[in-house]
Amino acid sequence: MADITISERQAGDVTILDLSGKVTIGEGSVALRTTIRRLLGEGKNKILLNLAGVGYIDSSGIGELVSSFTAVKKEGGTLKLLKLTQKIQDLLAITKLLTVFDVYDDEGEALASYN
Amino acid sequence: MSEIREIKLPSRIESVDQAAIEADEFAKSRGFGDDFVSAIDLAIRESVANAVKHGNKFDESKYVEVTFADSSDGFEVMVRDHGSGFAVDDIPDPTNPENLLKASGRGILFMNSFMDEVSWSNHDDGGMVVKMVKRR
Repeated sequence: MADITISERQAGDVTILDLSGKVTIGEGSVALRTTIRRLLGEGKNKILLNLAGVGYIDSSGIGELVSSFTAVKKEGGTLKLLKLTQKIQDLLAITKLLTVFDVYDDEGEALASYN
Repeated sequence: MSEIREIKLPSRIESVDQAAIEADEFAKSRGFGDDFVSAIDLAIRESVANAVKHGNKFDESKYVEVTFADSSDGFEVMVRDHGSGFAVDDIPDPTNPENLLKASGRGILFMNSFMDEVSWSNHDDGGMVVKMVKRR
């Protein structure tokens, strides 16, 4: 079974990625990286990562979120996070990355923030 | 009564999951609660990942040896690699502003955050040993 499933939706010019499963060292991190690179290649650089279904993340997964953030920013876009689980929120707090990412609980509010 | 379990894992990414599964099973069988097990799980994943990647450098002729022990104090884990070692103090603080956007370097921070004691030493027969304790 795959560690992670990534479903893609479009809301205007924002691409929403619904992640479920594990974003960990190996397959989970690679799948996220591949998807972000493909979107950037297609010129889609407004990306919202919905992490509600992510039951587990490790330091590699957190590192992949950071890499995604910087890759999107480099292409002139914006990557934001939606619906953090308590666990992910705790890890982002420990790493002080809550100061880096734009984080939303409400999808409508997150989408509006891109305008 | 305390109990010890030792496992020997090949230097590949799949060993991270395997170590965590064994640790979860061991800890639950010894009556540790979900939050406790979750903290141990993360610390073991990070330490075994470090041993596989940075210690043994994915060399499958080298093993990662993991020991779990349950005692009256709590849960103790030792992870040994067969690498050339490193100085913990040389690892940059990932929470410093200049390091925030680095893609790696947060594993030790997680280990320190979720365990009560974390220490490194050189093994007499080579390699590094990280010892972590989570108190009851």
